[in-house]
Amino acid sequence: MKEFIRGIKTGFPICLGYIPVAFTFGILAVKMGFDPMVATFVAFTNMASAGQFAGIRLIDGGAPYIELVMTTLVINLRYMLMSFSLTQKIAPKMPLYKRCIIAFCITDEVFALASMQKQDVSFSFFTGLMATPIFGWTFGTFLGAFASGLLSPMLQGCMGIALYCMFIAIIIPEAKKSRKVALAIVAASLLSCIFKYVPGINVLSQVGGGGWAIITSAVIAAAGAASIKEINRRKKRQQILMAEERSEA
Amino acid sequence: MSYLVICLIIMAGTTYLIRVAPIAFFQKKIENLWVQDFFYYIPFCVLAAMTFPDVIYSTTPSGDLSPHFLSAILAAQVALISAWKEKGLVLVAFLAVLTAIAVELVLKYMVSF
Repeated sequence: MKEFIRGIKTGFPICLGYIPVAFTFGILAVKMGFDPMVATFVAFTNMASAGQFAGIRLIDGGAPYIELVMTTLVINLRYMLMSFSLTQKIAPKMPLYKRCIIAFCITDEVFALASMQKQDVSFSFFTGLMATPIFGWTFGTFLGAFASGLLSPMLQGCMGIALYCMFIAIIIPEAKKSRKVALAIVAASLLSCIFKYVPGINVLSQVGGGGWAIITSAVIAAAGAASIKEINRRKKRQQILMAEERSEA
Repeated sequence: MSYLVICLIIMAGTTYLIRVAPIAFFQKKIENLWVQDFFYYIPFCVLAAMTFPDVIYSTTPSGDLSPHFLSAILAAQVALISAWKEKGLVLVAFLAVLTAIAVELVLKYMVSF
C-alpha cells in the first residue's frame, strides 16, 4: 500500500501534464467528426499520443486496415523497446498477469519515471504510478471533446507544447547530473533532426509518422553512450591490472 | 461490425500487443553491462528524439499551414531553463504554455497594427 501511494505521488505530475495534451486530442477528434465518446474510448484504450493522432487521421481518411496496423505498429514501436527495458527494472519474480496489467500503461513519461527509480519497480508502485495518468489522459480527452468550442485555435495550439515540455522536464535534470546522459540526449536530438531535414535520409521520418526516425535516433545514441561507458570501464580495468602488476614487481 | 469499430479494435490491440509482448515473455535478467547501460540511456534518448525538432512545430494550430516557430522556440527556451532549475514537470509545462500564449498574443497585437 505504501508503494502504491508512492506510485500515485510520482505519477500525479504526469496526470496534470496529460490533461492539456489529451484535451487537444479530444478537440481534434471531434473536429474530424468523431463522436466525443469514441474519442474518449480511443484515449483510454491506447494511452499513446502520436499513435492516436495518426490513427484517427487514418480512420478519418478511410485508410485500409493494414495501413492502420502498420502505422500504429511503427509509431508505437518505441513502446516495445521500453517494455523490454522494463523487464530489467521490474521485480524479477512478477507473475504473468501482473506483467500484463502494467504493460497497458507503458507510456513515454510513465516509463521514464519508472526506470529512473533507484530500486526495482514493484507491481504496487507501478499500478500507483499509472493510475492518475490513465485518468488524466482519458478525462482530458473527454473534456476536450465536449468543450471543443471553448478554446480559440491559438490557445489549442499553445497547449500542444505541454507534452514536449514534460519530456524536457524529465531529461534535463538527469543531463545535469551525468555528462554521458547529456551527451546521449544531444546525440539523439541531432540524429532526429538529421532524419527529418537532410534530403534523402528524411524518408525515415516521412514513413510511419516518424516512428522509425525516433527509434533509430534513440538506439544509435543510447548504443553510443553505452559503448563510451564500456570503453572507460575497460580502460579503468586495465589501469588497475597494470597497477597491480607494478606493485607485484 | 462497422469500419469504425474494427479500426478501434485494431488501434487498441496493436498498441497493447507491442507493449505486452516483451514484458510478458522475456523474464531473464541481463548480466551484460553494455546492455544494462544501453537500457539506462534509452528513456532519455527516446524523449530527446521525440522532442527535437518536433517541439518547434508544436504550437501551430492544426490546419494552420504556416508554422508558429517564434512562440514554440521561446516557450521551449523557457522550458529548458526551468527544467535546468528543476522546477518539476507541471511547472515547466505550465510556464512554457504561458510563454507561448504571451508570444502569440503579442504577435497578434502587432499584426493588427
